[in-house]
This record gives sequence, structure tokens and C-alpha cells, in this order.
Amino acid sequence: MPALLEIRGLTVEFATSRGTLRAVDHVDMDVAEGEVLGVVGESGSGKSVSMLALMGLLGSNAKLTADRLAFAGTDLLTLTPRQRRKLVGKDVAMIFQEPTTSLNPCFTVGFQIVEALKEHMGGTRKWRRDRAVELLTLVGIPDPGARLNAFPHQLSGGMNQRVMIAMAIACQPRLLIADEPTTALDVTIQAQILELLTRLQRQHNMAMVLITHDMAVVSETAQRVQVMYAGQLVETRSADELFTRPRHPYTAALLSSLPEHAERRARLATIPGLVPGIGDRPVGCLFSPRCAYATDRCRGERPALYRDPEGLARCFYPLDDSGRPEGVAA
Amino acid sequence: MSEAAATPTPQTEPVSAPLTPAREVWLHFRQNKGAMVGMYFIVCLVLTAILADVLAPHSPIVQFREALLVPPAWQEGGSWRFILGTDDIGRDILSRLIYGARLSMIIGFIVVFLSLGFGVVLGLTAAFARGTVEILIMRLMDIMLALPSLLLAIVIVAILGPGLFNAMIAVSIVSLPHFTRLARASAMSELTREYVSSARIAGAGTLRLMFRTVLPNCMAPLIVQATLGFSNAILDAAALGFLGLGAQPPTPEWGTMLAGSLQFVQRAWWVVTFPGLAILLTVLAFNLMGDGLRDALDPKLKR
Amino acid sequence: MTVVMEAKGVRRYYEVRKGMLAKPAVVRAVDGVSFTLEAGKTLAIVGESGCGKSSLARVLAMLEQPTDGELLIDGLPTLAQEPDRRVKLRRAVQMVFQNPYGSLNPRHTVGRILEEPLEINTDLSREARAEAARAILARVGLRPEAYGRYPHMFSGGQRQRIAIARALMLNPRVVIADEPVSALDISIQGQILNLLMDLQDELQLAYVFVSHDLGVVHHIADEVMVMYLGRPVEHGETSLLFDRPAHPYTRALLGSRPRIQTGDKTPRKTLSGELPSPLRPPPGCAFHQRCTFATELCMRDRPELRQVEGRAVACHHAETVLAAAA
Repeated sequence: MPALLEIRGLTVEFATSRGTLRAVDHVDMDVAEGEVLGVVGESGSGKSVSMLALMGLLGSNAKLTADRLAFAGTDLLTLTPRQRRKLVGKDVAMIFQEPTTSLNPCFTVGFQIVEALKEHMGGTRKWRRDRAVELLTLVGIPDPGARLNAFPHQLSGGMNQRVMIAMAIACQPRLLIADEPTTALDVTIQAQILELLTRLQRQHNMAMVLITHDMAVVSETAQRVQVMYAGQLVETRSADELFTRPRHPYTAALLSSLPEHAERRARLATIPGLVPGIGDRPVGCLFSPRCAYATDRCRGERPALYRDPEGLARCFYPLDDSGRPEGVAA
Repeated sequence: MSEAAATPTPQTEPVSAPLTPAREVWLHFRQNKGAMVGMYFIVCLVLTAILADVLAPHSPIVQFREALLVPPAWQEGGSWRFILGTDDIGRDILSRLIYGARLSMIIGFIVVFLSLGFGVVLGLTAAFARGTVEILIMRLMDIMLALPSLLLAIVIVAILGPGLFNAMIAVSIVSLPHFTRLARASAMSELTREYVSSARIAGAGTLRLMFRTVLPNCMAPLIVQATLGFSNAILDAAALGFLGLGAQPPTPEWGTMLAGSLQFVQRAWWVVTFPGLAILLTVLAFNLMGDGLRDALDPKLKR
Repeated sequence: MTVVMEAKGVRRYYEVRKGMLAKPAVVRAVDGVSFTLEAGKTLAIVGESGCGKSSLARVLAMLEQPTDGELLIDGLPTLAQEPDRRVKLRRAVQMVFQNPYGSLNPRHTVGRILEEPLEINTDLSREARAEAARAILARVGLRPEAYGRYPHMFSGGQRQRIAIARALMLNPRVVIADEPVSALDISIQGQILNLLMDLQDELQLAYVFVSHDLGVVHHIADEVMVMYLGRPVEHGETSLLFDRPAHPYTRALLGSRPRIQTGDKTPRKTLSGELPSPLRPPPGCAFHQRCTFATELCMRDRPELRQVEGRAVACHHAETVLAAAA
């Protein structure tokens, strides 16, 4: 069965005053119908930019190239901007990190939901209003009828995020992209929102791409995980496999640097160095300057994505079950 | 401090060459062609003002009785002795324009210096003091803004007496509210930032907070307003001069030159046109440069 | 162990104007916090937005005066009026802020940022100040070239190092760290936490660590105080609180944390509802509307802190909560 979302070789470059920044570097992505894909990475990994590129939300100084960019079989690269907008707002929806600033502060919450409905679903005014109330109830907002007339600044962050989710699912999208949807929220509200998202996802058989830096959130919510570093996809496999047997040194290092995995007051394992920026992109593997296992080959040659039984890893010497690289003497 | 016993891993340096904030602004500014043209014009103007004694072919106040209303050199009847012609009492227009440039520069600098200086102090005080002091200052500025600026300037000059220096004071007072409001708005937004709290925790007193912590971060809009204020000052002084309340004849101030020559629009267009053109080009140059500066200094446009 | 900071019933109230003629409403941002903090120890203040932890941090850092109650630093009350006393107090408490991109003055070089506390509070010569600044830079793991650079040239983690360096310039006894690693990437968080722990061991610094990240808190803190709507609801030793929470809110916080799970995922029991408005706190226990253990008593009587199983907890049903976990 063809994937719902198919991306091959997506590259996004920005023209800046200091040169060209390659924010996304030949990234592949597959999302099947009804699947939850977690995309994990730190700042500079390109995880948000790649999704913004898909949605057509990047500015004019961004250059987007891809070998294949298809949604439900339709090739997005051949669409006119107008055709793309028709598709993108309806079947593919996106929610963002900062709920209060992502909503238009000048308009009521009800107006914004109805606007989304009007654009993609039509219907009478009454029908739209009823549907809006229905959606607010669906996302767990108490007293939805009254809330329609509230402005974003009158609602809490958690409430605004629910409104954003309501807007996103208004047109019953087949794919929901959630870009750090809970990072700006308190932990108890985070739990509520994640629970809401997973419930909606299951009920509507909606595919979901969950972008986050929080490994634990991904482990609880996603079926498959992609790890990104410095614009490249470095590892992808099922969530269970990734967290028990990570193969890429970056993933392993990231997992071991979590405080949960260390003894109280012990010094935490860290990854030395910084993510490469413009001008200090390594010739070889992008992670090699910081990798504990880097060899001369790693520093001189860029690894491709190599397939193993459970997934893919961009490494010449992926870690084996004991956590040490294969083929390299301990 | 103890020596670095268990030194944590030193960080990889950021590779970008050490760009001071000033250099970054310059790099952005350079990309704006209009702004660069404006800047070159102003540089030329400043040089003209400084070297007026050397550049001007004649004295600006000497009257050549035998050469009244001589047309510009390229017209019939003109001569290369008076390249841009002479006015109705025989003064060389080019020389008057050159010395006028000096006057315009002085006017601009003094007005901006005074209104920026006092405006910043008042604005910062309002932002830091809050409460009654702030209300007093800002309402006073509101009252000043509510009156038509030219009218207010005329009233002040009427009180102080006509003359270039008094005209400058009047224009400074009229420009004051703009700087005050800008300074206050900028300062208020900076006061919420954490580096101000950080300075407070280090023990900084109010004066230090105002001038060494907050003010350097408010400079961007103030600098832009200052460049635009320069051109406004020249225009306002010209208007006052036009009304006979600013520079008095025979001072070769461009506005005063315009005032005395309107009657010659039909007969001797050059007496009116060249001073007007000088004002126009100068104001345009400052506005272009000011716009360029605003774009270059705006942090949001940078990244 | 010496007590470096002591809070006794610290309260911080704000007035909120409600129109020209109405009486201003009072927001009780911090409503009765008490603790003692020893040198070399870390007290974590935990809670969600609106619990008052940031206001408490500002009061402890002497950025604001408490509306009521007392704050003692090294035995000296912070309401001291004598100028040299104030300077002494000022030097004893410093703060590291959350936002690495806002806490450093963009127009000052790193050297100037570091030297400013010395400039204001000491008589050291220019050379001595510069020397102290360079020494601190090395201590926090930054290259000497950083001295002449501007903050925007550094990454988030490096800026936090600069912020920590600045906090150390006056040899403080207590450092208030307000979410110092929340805005940093995971791989950088560890570096900064390690640095903080190293400095604490070396200099016997006391930390008040304000955070919402329970994983970090569990790792670094000796004692934890959980706050809800301005009041401490539970306060005790870290391992004790995390293993056996006695307050329903603490339980909810711990239960809401995402954990790395493989295989069959146990769904988390989420806490329903939202924080009540601080302008209209509920009667009785502030948490009763969202609490699964709430009874009529909770709606009437506000519980005070009492000792239960080795920690302080403000709940009428703490014993039931503890039993439920068993």
C-alpha cells in the first residue's frame, strides 16, 4: 500500500548574509495511513523546517528541492500554489509550538475555527457554528458556546492549544503535523494535550507526525521514530527498537545524556562540542567531530543511510546490541 | 577563584568572524543602494560645509551692483563668473548655497543634539520613574504634539525674537516630543528583559541602569529618528526663515533665500529654484539614509 | 553545616487595578514560604506556571521585597538599611536566569558583562577586574577569546555559561537558578548541569533551583518544595518525595511526566482541569477541584503544612495518598 506521505531527498537551503545554510539535507520520510511518526532532534536538526517546507510555509529566501514530495499519490511538486493550498489546509493540517502566538490575537477563537471551515468545507453559517461548538467539545473545552467569543489572550496556553487542535481537525485531515505541540505547556497540561492528540488520532485514523525534542514523549506516542541531526536523517526504526537498541551513536548519546538514565548527583554523560552551523560543516560525517567512536573514514567520508534488519542508520559503524560500534575494535 | 581543576570540555568556537554589532549594521546598510546614495550626498554636503571658504567662488554677502539677476552660466546672458546666476541684489547664488550648506548642517546638528539629548533624558526618566512623574512628562509631550508644530515654533520665536539661533531653539523644542516618546517606548520594552534584572542583581543603581544598561539598546529607533529629525530641522528652519522669523537677511540660509525670491518665479526662476532644489535634495538624502538605517538596525529583519 | 539562607513565612502580594474606582484585587503570588538552606545543598522549587515560583525567585534574589515575612541571608535580614550591609547582602545572592538569549546585554562584550558586578561593588582596579573575568571564563569552560566577543556570537549553552560566570563574580553564597537549563537542548543541558554540580562541590554554593522539569530536579536537588497557587504543598527530601509523594498534586505531577517506555505502554492518569485564577482562589484547599482524594473537609478548611512520614505536606488526606501508592 503506498504511503500517505512520501518524501525523498528533500533539501532546504536558506540564503543568509553569511552564506548558504543547508537546513535540511536530502531527507527521506514515509508516513503510512493512520501511523504516528515521531521526529526527534535538537535545535538545528531541521525537523521543523522540513515540515514547514512540506506545508509551503517557508519564506521567499528558502530554496526547496526534492526528488519526490507526494501526498496520497498526488505529486506536490507539480501543483500550482493555489492547488497546493486547497490540498494542504484540508487534508494536511499543522499545529505549532506556541499556541497563544500562533492564533490571531485580533479575532475571536470562534471566528478562526469558522474561517477554516468556510475555506475548505463550505456549508451554511449555522452549520459552521454548530460544527465549531462540536469541535470545541471534542477537544475538551468546557462551556464551548461561550468560548467561541473569547480572544486568544483570554484563554490559557492549554486552552489555546486545544483551540489550535480543533482548527486543525476541523476539516478532518488525513495527516496532522504537530510541531512541538506541548513544549511550551506545563507538564500536567502536556499530558492532557498528548492524551487528546492520541485519542483523536485513533478515533479518526489520522496519521500524525509528532516533532519534538522530548524523547520520552515520542516513546509513549509514536510507532516509528526518525532521528535528525544537522539537517540529516541519521536513524529511523520502530520506537521500541530505537529506545532499546539504538544504532546511531548520536541517538545512543542522546539517550544516555538524559538525567533519568543517570544516578542522582552523578555527572551526566554529555556530547562534547556543538551542532555545526554555517561554515564549519565537516567534510565527513556531520556527527564525527562529536562522536566518541569516530575514525578517519568517518571524518573524511559522508556515510549514506545503511539498512539493517530493523531500520536505517547513517553510520559506517553502527552500534551493535552491546552498544559498541560494529567492526571497530573496542 | 580556584584554578580550573576539573575543567569541563572547552566548547568549539563559533566560526563566524568577530562581528561587532556596528559592523553587522554597516554590512546590511551597504546593501541598500538608495541609502548609500543618500549617504554619499550627505558626506559631500558636510565636506562642502567644512570647505565652504575654499569652494565658494565669491563671498555670500557681497553685492555685485553691475550683475543683478544674472541668469545661470549655460543660459543666454549668463556668465561663468556666476555659475548659478545672481539674485536681485547681485549676490552669487552658488556661493550663497555653499555657505547655506554650512548653516543647514549646523542647524541640523544643533537641533538634533538638543532634542535628542533632552528627549532621551525625559523619555528614560518617564520609563524608569513611572507613576506621577511619567504622567506629567508624557502629558506635557502630548500637549506639545497636539499643537501644530509650525505654529508652536512661530509662537516660541515670537517670544524669543527672530533670528537663526532662536529659530533653532524653537525647532528643538518642537522636535522634543518625538524623541521623548521613542525613548520611553523603547526603554519600557527593554525594561522587561532579563538582562536588566541581571544588572539590578549585580547592584546597578538607577542612573547606571538608565544610561549604561538600557540606553545602548534603545539607540536603533533613536538613531533613525535623529537622521529624519535632521532633515525636519532643516525644513522647519527653512519654513521659519521663509516666514521671516528665522535667519535674517543677509544670512544665506536656504529658507530665507527662498522667502526673498518668490516674487521672481516668473522673471528669474534660478533665484527660487536652486535654494528649493538644495532643500529638496538634502531632505531626500537624509530620508533615504534614515530608511536604510532603520532597515539595517531592525533586528527582526536581520535573521 | 552553615545555614546560608532562611525564609520565614515569606509572602509577596501584588495589587491588580480593576478600573479607576474599584478596589484593587490582590494576587497572592507567594503566600507563606519557609525553608532553611545550607551551604553546598540544593533546594528545588517545583510547580507549574502560576504557582509563584518565579515570584519567589525574585524575592529570594532581593529583586523585590517580601510583602510579609522575613528573609535572612547568612543570618542578616534583607530589610537591612545600612549601605554596607546592603552591599554585603547583594554580594551573597546572585541569580542565573532562564532565557540565555535575553539575560545578557546584547550591547556589552562578555568581558564587560562579567566585570560589571565587580565595577559596581568593589574597588578593584581595571587590570584586577579583567584578570578575575578571564579566570572565571576558564573556570566555566569558555575560551579566552570569548572575553572580547558579543553575546549573539555564542550558542544557548555557551551563553548560560557566561551567565553562570557572571553570577560567580561576587563569590556569592547562594545562587538562585531560575530554570537555567529549560531552554537548552538535551545534549547541552547535561553539560550545564555538570558545571553547576562541579561548582557547587568546589565552592560550597547553595542553590535554589526553580524548575518544572522533574527529571532534572530529581537529579540535582537535595530537597524539593512543590508549590501550588503560591503555597508550598509538599516539602522534603528529594528521593522521599519522588518515591512516596504524600500530596495529590505531587502525585499528579510525577504521574504526568512522560517516561521512556517500550513494549506495552501504560497510559498515564492525567490530571484534569486547569489552574484556578490567582485572583479567585477556591475556598479551602486550592487544589480540591482537581483532586481525586478531595472530600467536604477539603472544600472548607485550608490545610496547613504538617509533618507526615519525614516531610512537610499540606493535605488533610496525606496518609490516604501514601497508602494508595503502596
